[in-house]
Amino acid sequence: MTAHPAPNARTNQNRNADTPTDPQIAARQKWMSVLARTSRARLEAQWSENHSSENWTHLREPQIGMVMVRGRAGGAGQRFNLGEMTVTRCAVTLSDGTVGHSYVKGRDRIQAQYAALFDAVMLRDGSASNFIETLATEQATAKRDHARKVAATKVDFFTLVRGDD
Amino acid sequence: MYVAVKGGERAINNAHKLLAEQRRGDKDIAEIETDQIEQQLSLSVTRVMAEGSLYDRDLAALAIKQGRGDLIEAIFLMRAYRTTLPRFAFSKPIKTAEMDVSRRISATFKDLPGGQILGPTFDYTHRLLDFTLMANGEAPSEAPSGEQPVDENMPRVLDDILNYEGLIQDEPVPVEENAPVADLTREPVKFPAGRDLRLQNLSRGDEGFVLALGYSTQRGYANSHAFVGEIRYGTVSVEIEPEELGFAIDIGDIELTECETVNKFKGSKTKLPQFTRGYGLVFGQNERKAISMALVDRAMRANEMGEQIMGPAQDSEFVMEHSDNVQSTGFVEHIKLPHYVDFQGELELVRRMRAEVEERLAKSEAENGTSQPEAAE
Repeated sequence: MTAHPAPNARTNQNRNADTPTDPQIAARQKWMSVLARTSRARLEAQWSENHSSENWTHLREPQIGMVMVRGRAGGAGQRFNLGEMTVTRCAVTLSDGTVGHSYVKGRDRIQAQYAALFDAVMLRDGSASNFIETLATEQATAKRDHARKVAATKVDFFTLVRGDD
Repeated sequence: MYVAVKGGERAINNAHKLLAEQRRGDKDIAEIETDQIEQQLSLSVTRVMAEGSLYDRDLAALAIKQGRGDLIEAIFLMRAYRTTLPRFAFSKPIKTAEMDVSRRISATFKDLPGGQILGPTFDYTHRLLDFTLMANGEAPSEAPSGEQPVDENMPRVLDDILNYEGLIQDEPVPVEENAPVADLTREPVKFPAGRDLRLQNLSRGDEGFVLALGYSTQRGYANSHAFVGEIRYGTVSVEIEPEELGFAIDIGDIELTECETVNKFKGSKTKLPQFTRGYGLVFGQNERKAISMALVDRAMRANEMGEQIMGPAQDSEFVMEHSDNVQSTGFVEHIKLPHYVDFQGELELVRRMRAEVEERLAKSEAENGTSQPEAAE
């Protein structure tokens, strides 16, 4: 049976419902999401190469905790608590008073600290824009490469025609 | 009754040393690293995360190593660790509709938008042992790539396709969207339990138990003939809204498996016949668990559908009180721990009862001159 997508499907209506209208917030959300997916080694190397002269202090020391992940029954219905995940958060203050925050998956305190530092630097003057851009491109490429491997496992149905004509 | 018994300390210490030695095994064999477990025993890792109810791949790998591969022991270790951590936030509900799928199949529609995407599956393998893995054979060749990546927004079979004709029930969203969500890690479970609590319980429930109950529904111990409408496995991003920021941020991706079943419903006085739904959602790649969970979720909706309770899978209290393997193993295994005093009590009691019976028999023998047949025989 061939299936047709419904024009007024609820899941489509819900999509991108959280897209913020404030472009500054949107930009910050973007770089925070990129930083949360970047390894500690990568962040550390970039910081020591380009930002090691910064003076900064911890506003909040890196702290390990959890986030309770929520799902929805049937994907779109009643909310429920699925289970927890480990998360590390950190907040830093640059010498001019700019505060950077991070919440990243996992238990790497150093990763969380550098994520907060880059957040602060980006807020102050955007001086890590190129780095963020590079990371975003790499992450998008990795995602696309994986999605292409997945696509190679798509079933190509064909119909065998039997009989003489 | 428990009393302190001293004297086992040296034996316990030495037993733990022996355990550590046996965990390590033959020292001529390389020690297994936790990152090898994390990468190469990834399905054990995801089971430990799901039932330990804590998503952290490194910790799960460590727990598996420490538990010598005993997954329930590893799950226990995860549960114990999670009690040491503060909870920062609740996530916004994850959007499985926006999942980056690694697998997505439907058993109800062959040609569906987005297609049947097999992904990394054991399905269609011949289940023959592959001795090249043992012989440390060549590394597998890289998996081929398609020209185009898989669709980013894969339509959902139940909502986007089957609901077209109103043939399937809607997932009811409570009128009060911010109504509290039950959390069995914070409040004791009370019955009747809402679907939120049931889903949380099933998602962290023992895979074997949920599987067996799911199977029982198929064999007739609940009337809910099910099709798999859709299974999808892949990654979703998790968003939280920290108070200090005031807007939502994305904190990283987690892997999930989701299953939606389509079940028959013959209708009632007020409702036309339509399909009903069961839902399964678990951490990691585990579709056995996700399908089983969806079957049991549907079975436990019996009251809501006005169905007769015919099998254990429909009895929420039975299911939820026995699904947790840390609870179950705790109670089942505790009977091996010293019960010397309880047992002394039992021993005394049985001896006293025997003495009473023997006394009575002797008395009646003396009175009647014959022995009565023993009641116990």
